[in-house]
Amino acid sequence: MNALATPPKNFEVKPKLAANGEELGELLEVSMGPHHPSTHGVFRMDVVLDGEKVVKLKPVFGYLHRNHEKIGENISYLANMPYTDRLDYFCSMTNNWAYALTIEKLAGLVVPERAEYIRAIMAELTRLQNHTCLIGFFVQDMGALGTPMMYAFREREKILDLFEEVSGARMMCNYMRFGGVRVDVNDEWIAKTKKVVADYSKFLDEFGTFLTENEIVLARTQFVGVLPKDLAINASITGPMLRAAGVNYDLRKVDKYGIYSRFNFQVPVGEHGDIYDRYMIRVLEMRESIKILEQALRDIPVGPVMDPKAKLRGFRPKAGEVYGRVEAPKGELGFYVISDGSPNPYRYRVRPPSFINLTILEDMCLGHNISDAVVILGSVDIVLGEVDR
Amino acid sequence: MLGEQIIKGMAVTARNFFGSYFSKNRLTTVQYPEERLPQKGNTRQFPFLVYDGDDAEKGLRCVACQICEKECPPKCIYIVKSKDKKPDYKGQPQIYPLTFDIDISVCMSCQICVEVCPFESIKMNTEFELSTADRFGDLLLTKEKLAKPNSYYQKIHPADAAESDAVIAAEKAKAEAKAKAAAEAKVKADAEAKAKAAAAAAAAPIAPPPANPPTTT
Amino acid sequence: METLEQIKARLEAALPSAKIEVLANECAAGERSLLVDAASGFTVAKFLRDDAQLKLDYCSNVTGVDWPDKELTEKIKVKQVVDGVEKEVEEVKKNIRPGYLEVVYHLYSMGLKHGPVVLRLRTENRADKTHLPSLTPLWRGAEFQEREVYDLYGVIFYGHPDLRRILMWDEFVGFPMRRDYIAPDDFEYEPTPHDEVLVEAKKHYPAEPKAEVKP
Repeated sequence: MNALATPPKNFEVKPKLAANGEELGELLEVSMGPHHPSTHGVFRMDVVLDGEKVVKLKPVFGYLHRNHEKIGENISYLANMPYTDRLDYFCSMTNNWAYALTIEKLAGLVVPERAEYIRAIMAELTRLQNHTCLIGFFVQDMGALGTPMMYAFREREKILDLFEEVSGARMMCNYMRFGGVRVDVNDEWIAKTKKVVADYSKFLDEFGTFLTENEIVLARTQFVGVLPKDLAINASITGPMLRAAGVNYDLRKVDKYGIYSRFNFQVPVGEHGDIYDRYMIRVLEMRESIKILEQALRDIPVGPVMDPKAKLRGFRPKAGEVYGRVEAPKGELGFYVISDGSPNPYRYRVRPPSFINLTILEDMCLGHNISDAVVILGSVDIVLGEVDR
Repeated sequence: MLGEQIIKGMAVTARNFFGSYFSKNRLTTVQYPEERLPQKGNTRQFPFLVYDGDDAEKGLRCVACQICEKECPPKCIYIVKSKDKKPDYKGQPQIYPLTFDIDISVCMSCQICVEVCPFESIKMNTEFELSTADRFGDLLLTKEKLAKPNSYYQKIHPADAAESDAVIAAEKAKAEAKAKAAAEAKVKADAEAKAKAAAAAAAAPIAPPPANPPTTT
Repeated sequence: METLEQIKARLEAALPSAKIEVLANECAAGERSLLVDAASGFTVAKFLRDDAQLKLDYCSNVTGVDWPDKELTEKIKVKQVVDGVEKEVEEVKKNIRPGYLEVVYHLYSMGLKHGPVVLRLRTENRADKTHLPSLTPLWRGAEFQEREVYDLYGVIFYGHPDLRRILMWDEFVGFPMRRDYIAPDDFEYEPTPHDEVLVEAKKHYPAEPKAEVKP
């Protein structure tokens, strides 16, 4: 244990010197967070400022750390499903799907057609509500207090109502199971969903007039926080951030998991990699999600929703290891599981997209004002339940 | 024109503000304690135990198998098995829980216990107004507080309750049929045994007369 | 994409000093992995990244796995001379497989859209020789994940630009994700303690008053 040297200090604040060694002024170290309202939770940035310019920025995590992976290794495969809800608590449905998909790959279960459709519908609804809220939050970070966020939350409520009706809970849905979904949806629910989806594009139009060409939004976001394409790939950035940087990589098209190969949709790709592109990518992605939802709600077949081979009690997959991933609203959400044939996983690992997307936070913020750092963080789209696990 | 889009944005805000007086789509808030939203289909809050009939002690379906205790992700269920047995809904003697506690300050309403229960005995409640002044005592629900009649379950989740009743009825019918078959088999076996005994008795050689009867002379 | 055997053959041709092994995987998905010795881990990873056919430019997932010492029993047949006659006797031989820490990298290609190639590196033991080369210079995406593996498992990555604890606080002692980590005994009073929690919690209860002994 003593092989570990004492960890290096976060950083030293040194006075700024001129070429002749004269002191020019002091750098200011600011600890933003963990209770800062714009850090989306308990996240801290140690920022060094020269005037208002960011010179150095180190993200500090762990305030919400609960060792999710250790908990997962100490309980059975099924009992871990509700814990996955609590990773990215905005998108419990996609978390469930990623975990269920991984275990299905491990145990070789086949998901019935109807269940696949229901999963795709739930995932796209999740994407809609996550992106809407994110835009609300990040506009709030720019100083538009309240109004856009309230509109976003009003629309989100309608989707959460749909979730509650089927799964029983608004946020912690715990809806999917290995080999299918827990409860079937009825025709009344599908009709309601169709109505919500039809209304949603009207809302997006309105939201668009509100924000997309607004002078203040443009001034604050264009060419701020630029992420170059090569760095984005090298730093394993995924999700809307990667696509805003100009890389066409969407797991729904690459892996074609579930039934995504059947839907006709496009992947929006950005050009500049700045905050405005990230905002636009999310808006366009929502439009594509609405397209997918319309197709899925039209084509959903009747049939069972669970694989008859799936066992609820005493589930023991064969020994082996597997890595499964889905395109969650925030990026690639992956689960890595090693099974040793016992009821608990031997190793259970979550690949959290927003945690890894924070790798390049410093690169994006350097040279910008401290007020821009807040907006850049907002455009990364983090949820601390997932970052800290 | 500079500021044009800002004016457009203001128009959107105004439309939403005035629209909220007329459109249900724009005004979604509810004045909570006075006004309540209708309950959604599968809403779940915290678990409760179902009993049949009127007596909570007698009709409790739980047989203290402890599967839910083992599967519960945050381990909030605590069960002590009884030493003696009492008849369950099928009429067979079964163990019952002496203690059945759920700590709802730990419970995370995940419904895993309901899914793994093989006896349809634990279900999700929809009651959500549970605030109390005592953090430890009142949030620890004991067997007495958890037990709710089946009629209550039928009221809050009619479709699920009907399904669960059907399962119970089918199992009961199966058990009865089995018992009946067993009884018939027993009767038959008894009859057979009797017949056999009779046959055996009939077939048994009558005690042969002594070869040399003692003579009394 | 090429099979792992082909990749292995090409790797061995390009880097003769590397010791590479293909590990089996028996589950339904059956993703096999490449086990590379720690010394040549970096060069192998660099080859995988820069090779024109593979172009694994995206390091998706980095994770640690703890394999403690394990007692393996195997039955072997031994020829013995019993009473002048040679016989085959079964003997149970116990040997201890020394434990190690393992780091697993899942590599994909964003340009060619294929993958994964699973790369594994193993440390020598779990106590003092837990050093592995860091792949952060190749893939920035491994930076936080390697820090996490260091934090939770204690693998020391040499070549990492900023190896500090990330999720636990700096003063924390021990590595919580290891299999033999014992959680500190800081249970609070809970209304329903049971099982191990009850045993632990009882230590924190006030001692029961002893019955007074009458003289």
